[in-house]
Amino acid sequence: MNALSHLDRLEAESIHIFREVASEFSNPVMLYSIGKDSAVLLHLLAKAFHPAKPPIPLLHVDTTWKFRDMYAFRETVAARYGVNLKVHINPEGLAQGVNPFSHGATVHTDIMKTQALKQALDAGQFDAAIGGARRDEEKSRAKERVFSFRNAQHRWDPKAQRPELWDVYNTRISKGESVRVFPLSNWTELDIWLYIYREKIPVVPLYLAAMRPVVERDGGLIMVDDERMPLREGEVPMMKKVRFRTLGCYPLTGAVESDADTLEAVIAEMLVARTSERQGRMIDHDQSASMEKKKQEGYF
Amino acid sequence: MATDINAYLQRHETKSLLRFITCGSVDDGKSTLIGRLLHDTKGLFDDQLSALEQDSARHGTQGEAMDFALLVDGLAAEREQGITIDVAYRFFATEKRKFIVADCPGHEQYTRNMATGASTADVAVVLVDARKGVLTQTRRHSFIVSRLGIRHVLLAVNKMDLVDYDESVFNHIVLQYQALADQLGISSVQPVPLSALNGDNLLAHSDHMPWYTGPSVLHYLENIESRADAERVDGQPEGRMPVQWVCRPNLDFRGFAGTLCQGAFKQGEEVMVLPSGRRSSIARIITQTGDLAEAVNGQAVMLTLADEVDISRGDVIVSGRAPCEVADQFAAHIIWMDETGLIPGRGYWLKMGARTVNATVTEIKHRIDINSQEPLAAKTLQLNEIGVCNINLDQALPFEPYALNRTLGGFILIDRQSNATVAAGTVDFALRRAGNIHWQAMDVNKAARAALKAQTPRCIWFTGLSGSGKSTIANRVEQRLLASHHHTYSLDGDNVRHGLNRDLGFTEADRVENVRRVAEVAKLMVDAGLIVLVSFISPFRSERDMARSLFSDDEFVEVFVDTPLALCEQRDVKGLYAKARAGLLPNFTGISSPYEAPLHPELHLHTEGRHIDELAEAVLNKIA
Repeated sequence: MNALSHLDRLEAESIHIFREVASEFSNPVMLYSIGKDSAVLLHLLAKAFHPAKPPIPLLHVDTTWKFRDMYAFRETVAARYGVNLKVHINPEGLAQGVNPFSHGATVHTDIMKTQALKQALDAGQFDAAIGGARRDEEKSRAKERVFSFRNAQHRWDPKAQRPELWDVYNTRISKGESVRVFPLSNWTELDIWLYIYREKIPVVPLYLAAMRPVVERDGGLIMVDDERMPLREGEVPMMKKVRFRTLGCYPLTGAVESDADTLEAVIAEMLVARTSERQGRMIDHDQSASMEKKKQEGYF
Repeated sequence: MATDINAYLQRHETKSLLRFITCGSVDDGKSTLIGRLLHDTKGLFDDQLSALEQDSARHGTQGEAMDFALLVDGLAAEREQGITIDVAYRFFATEKRKFIVADCPGHEQYTRNMATGASTADVAVVLVDARKGVLTQTRRHSFIVSRLGIRHVLLAVNKMDLVDYDESVFNHIVLQYQALADQLGISSVQPVPLSALNGDNLLAHSDHMPWYTGPSVLHYLENIESRADAERVDGQPEGRMPVQWVCRPNLDFRGFAGTLCQGAFKQGEEVMVLPSGRRSSIARIITQTGDLAEAVNGQAVMLTLADEVDISRGDVIVSGRAPCEVADQFAAHIIWMDETGLIPGRGYWLKMGARTVNATVTEIKHRIDINSQEPLAAKTLQLNEIGVCNINLDQALPFEPYALNRTLGGFILIDRQSNATVAAGTVDFALRRAGNIHWQAMDVNKAARAALKAQTPRCIWFTGLSGSGKSTIANRVEQRLLASHHHTYSLDGDNVRHGLNRDLGFTEADRVENVRRVAEVAKLMVDAGLIVLVSFISPFRSERDMARSLFSDDEFVEVFVDTPLALCEQRDVKGLYAKARAGLLPNFTGISSPYEAPLHPELHLHTEGRHIDELAEAVLNKIA
């Protein structure tokens, strides 16, 4: 009998989770954030239900501050996978012109991501929301269940998580409550790249190194992606060969200098990497236990 | 470059996955062990290390040194209190294997979280402090490890540096633990003397303990067989796949999606569908990247069959050569995981494989003292208690004993009100009664009996406080029904307690049984074609829901007789409220025991200020 490799096992586990969601929830949705984890999620979603089209729609909670390359990529996705992709932007945040520069990362993230997400989930009355978070990303995520219960206010209670035995997932909820589901819980960043490579999954080009205009700011390299970015005194955009290990709002996502302009090179870099991918995410460093706090408030 | 990566990827492709847990007493060094493993196998990044240094300075308990516990204690509450509440999953890899390690909490109150971590593990690393030896917590964790069917234990006798690397200390603990393992039936134990803090015998052999010639911790983890390996070695057991999702993209295609939980299926192979017992053969094994000739355990696939067979979610496709058993009653071990204790007779959801059914625990045979493994008499199971129980299902399920198959023998119980996961269970064997007592299919059925009576059989369930007027209204409704030539019967709480339920008292467990019996009697009477009027306080939602589950959708009419407590007490027809207030009646509903009002009754009768005929009319209109 052939042995399944660990990537095969991870793939099978994720497919099982997708099928469980489709079978047990009446109105599930998959959060799509355009990044590499979303790319893998989408690929697995298609596999799980083949030859049928995926019975789960996609939702992108847009902060309006993503990289231009990401928006361009998003446009190609729905057609390629035959899925229904909705986009939600917090209308109040948009009207108030909330942005990461004048409002700060914390307020921007809260209004344009957490609040926007809750608006979209409430409006769609979704009882299950699938996300691409992985347990290796961050220490409070390392504690979260695959099927993670949320009350009617979308809050996570880390001290009272439902026991989760084997792959028998408790999907029962009352009206208004919901479950966040994480099919990639047991994947690592390296697994994600190896799988993208093995399966030839298209990803946003920003993951590969190229000459890009950046400024050094607060110890990170921030890409000047469009004219909305106000330069501080003395800041002059420099062309550097950089890539991104993780993609979020461009003003909040640090680039790394790199020559890795192919997938193979990216994986080679991964193998010797000495820093975690979330180092480039400003929002994680705001305050101690910040991810746990945001998650309790309804963030993914 | 590309060829390097390809070569690497190929090596990586053949890497297997091992999941293990670390458990043992508080302060035995679990977190230090994981921290060291991650650190020394380069599973930790620089920024995580520097964050750890900062955290250590703020919350650390190791003085100047890094506190690795903070690495796995990811929740704010854990870092503040310095304890592990929930299981944390961490990842690392070596050239040979990829590892997922679940760090399990040691405290008894978080046993359910420990069980969560243990349920998916191949190996348990049980830590023991060399200075303390085998403790109560070591016993409890080892018991759960054995209950959940983990075959291999690495006994890490830690902090050897604090006992001068003394071989006799190690040998003594090994003997102590071996006795426990024998008692629990854990056959594979590998003891390793260890200093996690210094890394002795962690990755490589330690110069401090030349007397030890066994494997290092990492060497053991890299080479021990995983459950997947074990199955390959044991040969090919018969294929099994619970159907998770039925795929019908168009009228010409019917696929059955699921993950194989045992053995293999080949294209063309004879299969049987359970519980129906219908036979067919596998036409195609479909994946997105093309059809397979064979699917193996752990693979998520889509099957199509050669014949049109009615299959729905929760059915199990099994090898036609060796189908598994089907039963609706079995004996099982249960780990109770909820603050509210188990009540025999109460209905719970049971989820096993892809099927969810109604289940009741009919009998707790005994509870097992988790520290001594002694059997103890028990009427209930409380949080973190383990018992051996008989379980009754409302429909038969295909199953295997848990020892043979985790997917078809492991289940959870879910509370019907709170939706909490209240228990995990493992099937031991089917109770033969289920197989022997076949439901006798009669030629004269409910429809025929109802037709003769020219009526629709119903169960009208009146619930409400004592003195709310249930029996009075039911009595009037029955008079009216009789007058219009209907066939009826009344089941009244007080009357039934004089006969059928005379052996029951008023404890919560007895009240649950009281309602269960009446519901079953009502069901038989409805089957006889009658309109049955049940007047029972039936204070708990879960019992009323259990009663409801016995009937088809329109048959059951829940009538909430809603009379304010003050008014019931003022009427006090039977003088019971006065007695209850005087403390003479324990567990009296409304006074010393709760009444859970129905959330969605078919009929909500506010009785205050309304005439009995008006109330009876409302009920008659509802069933008209």
